Amino acid sequence: MNVVFIVAGLMAIAGVLGVILAKQPVYQVISTVFSFLGLAALYLSLQSEFLAVIQLIVYGGAIMILFLFVIALLSARKDPVEKDVGQLTRPKLLGYSVGGALLVMLAIVGLFGHEGRLDWAQVPADFGQVKAFGYQLLTTNVFPFEVLAFILMVAVIGVMILVGRHRA
Amino acid sequence: MPAFSLNAYVALSAVLFALGGIGVLVRRSPLAMLMSIELMLNAANLLFVAFGRAHGGYEGQIMAFLVITVAAAEVAIGLALTVLLFRRRPEADVDQVNELRL
Repeated sequence: MNVVFIVAGLMAIAGVLGVILAKQPVYQVISTVFSFLGLAALYLSLQSEFLAVIQLIVYGGAIMILFLFVIALLSARKDPVEKDVGQLTRPKLLGYSVGGALLVMLAIVGLFGHEGRLDWAQVPADFGQVKAFGYQLLTTNVFPFEVLAFILMVAVIGVMILVGRHRA
Repeated sequence: MPAFSLNAYVALSAVLFALGGIGVLVRRSPLAMLMSIELMLNAANLLFVAFGRAHGGYEGQIMAFLVITVAAAEVAIGLALTVLLFRRRPEADVDQVNELRL
């Protein structure tokens, strides 16, 4: 379990670093998928098996394929989007320093915060498995489930209105 | 029973969130910014799942499920906007998109 947490955490962090530093959008997508794999392993180490599978299918599969399609649609041209990639300009330096300060602050809160002292509760053996999760989702929390259906519908209609119309 | 304490998960989530924030601040292409936002949402998800496991309830996992679905919708809309942006102008640096600025 120790090894799982360390390896998966490092995978997730390496994936995010790849997104920050990579020059080509395709490499960014690959490192994002890498990060999602690490997060799925972390969910498994937290006994949330259903969510780990959902993470792989929805994030690692569907969303990243969407990104790849858009990159394939748009990056056929030769010039890169960002002209100053790879060099350290002043706004970038500012962004790095602000983000670094945020990182240090949040990491201190996470490591020494009072909320994190909580001990792990005892849970039954089927915690987080599909049957138990689905039962909870469709009985106690059925309203968020319905709201999700509505949100997805709005997203589909919105995308169709945005890019689906034909120009004369 | 997870081997590490909850603090380790909280700190890892904080690091992932801050790194995603750096990605949003530093990169100038809309695709990279959207990916960084996804990674920040994932860091929040990890926190939801970890605290849900620590309390032994399902609310954290259901919230994470909700966040994943909303993120899928958000990516669909965001990528549609990106496609429109690339169609309208030859360059798609987010600094050049400033018609709405006062």
